[in-house]
Amino acid sequence: MAREEIGKSEAAPASSLETGYERLGFWARIADNDVTYSFLRSPLVMAAAGITVTFILAAVFAPLVAPFDPFDPTQISLWDGKLPPAWVQGSNPAYFLGTDDQGRDLFSTILYGGRISLLVGFAAVFLSMALGIGLGVAAGYLGGWFDAFVMRLADVQLTIPGILTAILINGIARSVLPIELRDELAIYVVILAIGFSDWPQFARVTRAAALVEAEKEYIQAARVIGLRPFIIIVRHILPNVLRPALVLATIGLALAIIAEATLSFLGQGVPPTTPSLGTLIRIGNDYLFSGLWWITLFPALALVTLVLAVNLLGDWLRDALNPKLR
Amino acid sequence: MSLLDIKNLQVDFPTRRGVFTAVREVTLSVEPGEILGCVGESGAGKSTIGNAVIGLLEPPGRMAEGEIDLRGERIDNLPYEAVRRIRGRKIGMIFQDPLTSLNPLQTIERQLVETITTHLPMSEAEARQKSIDLLDRVGIPDPEIRIQQYPHQFSGGMRQRVVIALALCADPEVIIADEPTTALDVSIQAQILDLVRELCRERQVGMIIITHDMGVIADITDRVAVMYRGKVVETGPTAKILGDPDHPYTKSLISAVPRPDVRLKRFPLVEYIESAGDARKALDISTHWLGQARDFSKMDGPLIRLKDLNMRFVTKNAILPKNRVYLDAVKDVSFDIEQGEVFGLVGESGSGKSTVARMIAGLYKPTGGAIHFAGGELTAIASEREKDIYRRQMQMIFQDPYSSLNPRMRVLDIVAEPIRFHGLAEDKAHTEEIVLDLLEHVGLGAAAAIKYPHEFSGGQRQRISIARALATRPRFLICDEPTSALDVSIQAQILNLLKDLQEELGLTMLFISHDLPVIRQMCDRVGVMRNGMLCEIAETEDLFENPQHPYSQHLLELMPRLEVLSQEGLEVEADHPTGAA
Repeated sequence: MAREEIGKSEAAPASSLETGYERLGFWARIADNDVTYSFLRSPLVMAAAGITVTFILAAVFAPLVAPFDPFDPTQISLWDGKLPPAWVQGSNPAYFLGTDDQGRDLFSTILYGGRISLLVGFAAVFLSMALGIGLGVAAGYLGGWFDAFVMRLADVQLTIPGILTAILINGIARSVLPIELRDELAIYVVILAIGFSDWPQFARVTRAAALVEAEKEYIQAARVIGLRPFIIIVRHILPNVLRPALVLATIGLALAIIAEATLSFLGQGVPPTTPSLGTLIRIGNDYLFSGLWWITLFPALALVTLVLAVNLLGDWLRDALNPKLR
Repeated sequence: MSLLDIKNLQVDFPTRRGVFTAVREVTLSVEPGEILGCVGESGAGKSTIGNAVIGLLEPPGRMAEGEIDLRGERIDNLPYEAVRRIRGRKIGMIFQDPLTSLNPLQTIERQLVETITTHLPMSEAEARQKSIDLLDRVGIPDPEIRIQQYPHQFSGGMRQRVVIALALCADPEVIIADEPTTALDVSIQAQILDLVRELCRERQVGMIIITHDMGVIADITDRVAVMYRGKVVETGPTAKILGDPDHPYTKSLISAVPRPDVRLKRFPLVEYIESAGDARKALDISTHWLGQARDFSKMDGPLIRLKDLNMRFVTKNAILPKNRVYLDAVKDVSFDIEQGEVFGLVGESGSGKSTVARMIAGLYKPTGGAIHFAGGELTAIASEREKDIYRRQMQMIFQDPYSSLNPRMRVLDIVAEPIRFHGLAEDKAHTEEIVLDLLEHVGLGAAAAIKYPHEFSGGQRQRISIARALATRPRFLICDEPTSALDVSIQAQILNLLKDLQEELGLTMLFISHDLPVIRQMCDRVGVMRNGMLCEIAETEDLFENPQHPYSQHLLELMPRLEVLSQEGLEVEADHPTGAA
């Protein structure tokens, strides 16, 4: 009867938008996604992503890409030290960006240093994320004294600049460790120090999100079923608060890379024998006034470019995932 | 030529997946002093018409075709400045939420006077006098004093009166009211509608009132335009449209309105509005999985017995107990629910009806009193394991279909969760089989299982909620306003489904609603709640025909009568069986 008539003539324009979408496969759906769409429309973000990916690939495959191995003493000669970049007079064309004070090829050292920077960055962010999300979600859902305790702790830690906390943790860890292990474990100490200094950000964000989720009716439905708090937190709340935490993690990655560079620059980070970008900048800093500008400039440029690219990605991701800002 | 003419209006929203036409071929007109109702379900495009008239289409929306004339002069193609002058001066607007349509940082006086002096050649003093007169007219006591106050110092109903005064203050010729009473309680809604009607007549203002509520339409409109998917399917005098509609959509829409006057067996004619997927399969409880509950011990007497239940919330905490501020949400509530009965709780917002439901479901721990369920005293059990036995027999359906399902879980996992937790199925394959079967019984079809909640509409989500609630094989179902977030036709479908399931499974139900006609359609007995206390418990038909408590009488008086509805061909439920099944 008239039912078919309505269905045919008037349903068509309204539903074609909705139904066409559901039939797409997985990859087609990714390509059709709003986030992908906003990504493909922003050249700046695409450039930032390109730079970040290039950096990560170059660092991961540094042994293949780099012309020299800066950690191999047989390839280093003090005679080659302090050579300027290839386009400056008195250079050795084998060392494209010049060499540092010990004769290490700067380009190779930057690639290997980027490895350490990225490793420390990712590991530290992962650590602070795990810590912050765990505490934040539990605090938000359980409330009460646990919430009060965790959040006051976070507040106290937030009053101290993160880098000071990191230096403190770093200093304590180093004095506890036996001397012969210090250099070997330095990188793990740095990861721990940065990771522990950054968790309050994650705890705050996830706690706020968990508070919102805990009020929703699907959580009440889970409680009526009888699920215990631990399962509700892990299965229901956690997946729904990860999105803001992941956005924060991108920006946190940039901050962690900077923090590692700062620690190394201050001589608190990885030892000079396995230089990170921060260590290189510090070494170069000593020679800056002797006219050896390249030792500082190129690692610094690499650091700034990497951090800027990651930051741009994080900002974009935050906006792209927030439908209100779109 | 009418006061306001909308001719062949089409509004497009270009999106990146093509152009979405929200409204097409709409032709409407309003005469001075006339109230035109624009009714339809969500997404029908009714608000878009109002926004197009006042030139406030949300970008990227644009008028693709048609014209809008005010007193024969075209207003839709004017430059921005001219449109701004017409807005407020010639066309007033009343929005749904009175809280957000007033500026919280300015006094009422400032807002009224500013609007008047912008549009009319008046001095501040004259404008102030005019504002006071207007506030007096819209029924605000002591207007000289209250005009100096801020919006937060007014109650919801008073605030909506202020918004009406604001819409009227520049003597507009047309007013557009977009769901003006949806955010208000019933008792306030009736007053506001009376006021609006009076003012329109008195000032010869033409009005378009946009609403989804047939009660509002029946109450105050002269003519109605029924909208469906962006088109006006039928226009005519209110009595004609409600009493004897021509278009099949209007017919089914009206048949879905819960009737306040008689109790029907089911809602007729509602099936085709939103296809719920596959038709639902009927259930035979004697052979079905849902009937094989192992621990449904036969019992005598009521299934639920509440005794002097109390719930007190701390609204302001302090270290010293005497400084704490409490709110008694529920005070000394006692009632029984017989096996197989549908017991209704009705009351305005804040009356404590949901709190009672939550205490029974174990979401709140009562501060006093006892809950007996299926032979056990729930309030006396401490161990979680022991509670699980009772939890399984009791499930809850929630109000908001958009927040009651975990957006990151597939429907299969959502419905399977209670089965897995309580260990009700033998293995994985059996669980899946049960879930698919349940989905078919709630009218969704097995294909729904692999999708995520966001792929479903509100009504379909509510069906998923019902399937999840059934998955523990409960004998008692708590429905907390299960349809108040849904459109009327979807509501009718969900209520039909609940009725069918109740009958087939012999479920006992606690049904909570603020909507009296819905209560009449669903419940065998009703408790009326106010301020946390139970005023009256009565058989449903007795309550509606002969209420005893003054508050019940008051509530029933405010209920829209909808007397114009046709009485033809109705399947009225005869003497309803209590405790049957």
